[in-house]
Amino acid sequence: MTPAATLAAAATTGPGFLSPTGVEIAFLLVGLATLGAALVTVTTRQLVHAALWLVVTLGGIAVEYLLLTAEFIAWVQVLIYLGSVIVLLLFGLMLTKAPIGRSPDADSGNRPIALGVAVVAAVALVWVVVDAFRTTWIDLDGPVQGSTKVSGEILFQHWVLPFEALSVLLLAALIGAIVLSRRNDPADAGDAGDADARDKGKR
Amino acid sequence: MNDVLDVALRLIVVFAVFLVLPLVVGQTEHKVMAHMQGRLGPMYAGGFHGWAQLVADGVKFAQKEDVVPAGADRRIFQLAPAVALLPYLLVLLAIPIGPGEGAVGQVIDAGVFFVLAVMGVGVLGSLMAGWASANKFSLLGGLRTAAQLLAYELPMLLAAASVAMAAGTVSLPGIVEAFEWWWLPWQIVGALVFFTAGLAELQRPPFDMPVADSEIIFGAYTEYTGLRFALFLLAEYAGIVVLCFLTTVLFLGGWHGPFGAEDLGWVWTLLKTAVLAFVVIWLRVSYPRLREDQLQKLAWTTLIPLALAQIALTGIVKVAIQ
Repeated sequence: MTPAATLAAAATTGPGFLSPTGVEIAFLLVGLATLGAALVTVTTRQLVHAALWLVVTLGGIAVEYLLLTAEFIAWVQVLIYLGSVIVLLLFGLMLTKAPIGRSPDADSGNRPIALGVAVVAAVALVWVVVDAFRTTWIDLDGPVQGSTKVSGEILFQHWVLPFEALSVLLLAALIGAIVLSRRNDPADAGDAGDADARDKGKR
Repeated sequence: MNDVLDVALRLIVVFAVFLVLPLVVGQTEHKVMAHMQGRLGPMYAGGFHGWAQLVADGVKFAQKEDVVPAGADRRIFQLAPAVALLPYLLVLLAIPIGPGEGAVGQVIDAGVFFVLAVMGVGVLGSLMAGWASANKFSLLGGLRTAAQLLAYELPMLLAAASVAMAAGTVSLPGIVEAFEWWWLPWQIVGALVFFTAGLAELQRPPFDMPVADSEIIFGAYTEYTGLRFALFLLAEYAGIVVLCFLTTVLFLGGWHGPFGAEDLGWVWTLLKTAVLAFVVIWLRVSYPRLREDQLQKLAWTTLIPLALAQIALTGIVKVAIQ
């Protein structure tokens, strides 16, 4: 079926594009706000402001999940990204000399390349998602389709292999981080051993 | 129209609880601490045992000048108290105090995740305050807050996951619904881990390293005055209320009690919450502050293994009784 025919079929079978419901309008508006926040995140010259705009962006995505009835995913998004990743990011920023106000050296000169990569990634993602779902519609008035139960069943029945593979990947990353942070320097090792001994003696 | 009225009524009730209970906890803290330390505490305001002390404090805070340091990042500095306080209001919406639809602000399918996620966001307020104040003590406080949150979020989540496993649901009313009395010994380790990690997340003594007044003045809140400072204090007390409610709902059976579970369920919930709040105050008076390395050690080498062991135990028992 050609794209035009698909669109025509969608126009006759699915809900129309020209009579959006309240939820659809809200979805679009939140999407625009999220996009705006994301743009500010990458263009602002104040490092901590960028991190805080990232909070808005990730929160906006959580709201989008909610509007698509995927409640569980939305809360996990808030928990992991807003609650942990951003805190880690801010923690890291506080350890740097990030000034209050603009950082003069926040630009790296890689801007055009970064823009190119971002555009290519965005186009690829949009294309894949649009192609995968085409004219599928979520019935927002019916029973919730993204509840915890549904997500759990799908994750642990149909997608359990990718899930386990991801766990192994994360485990490998974790071990890698530990190995990297414990570089074997003879002088350091001696110090650490002393500190351990002192610690034990205290107890 | 009835729906609108219903929603409005629920919001008003939750908001009233949000405004009243933290103040009650605050006043209780004044008096309990005073008695435990063999002194009187505030006795003058309002006449009877100084009951109006917090009202007087509120008036005092409202009269103070609202100062923003010259070097501060103004907007973030001013926004921080709201970010610290609002999450607790949202969390209160999801906590059931009695059986049935009428006793919870809003039934949320993934309630456990909702409350833990939103509580975690509250810490962003402290981080914003710590960074935007342009003060070294504030920055240190912010750093300690972040380190503490990262260490204690995990055991808290794992302990909550254990109860969710036991109940077979992540909805808060569902968990209380499924509660049996023998869950108490079964989940006791998880309960202790959850409560301890919650205290640490609220930065209550003995986990108040981020605001340690003898070292870094008042941590991230050093530069705040007047109402904004009061909002941070209110956030701390609202946090105590939320933590005690959550521990009650997840581990102590919420509205279940020896009698009157149907009609008087909410009394049980409030009673258990009050006892837990008393324990929070008690701990503040009894324990010295933990050092930063002791804090981290407690989380990573004690609480997380305990929480993992609790999850394993929950899984084994769950499979055995099925």
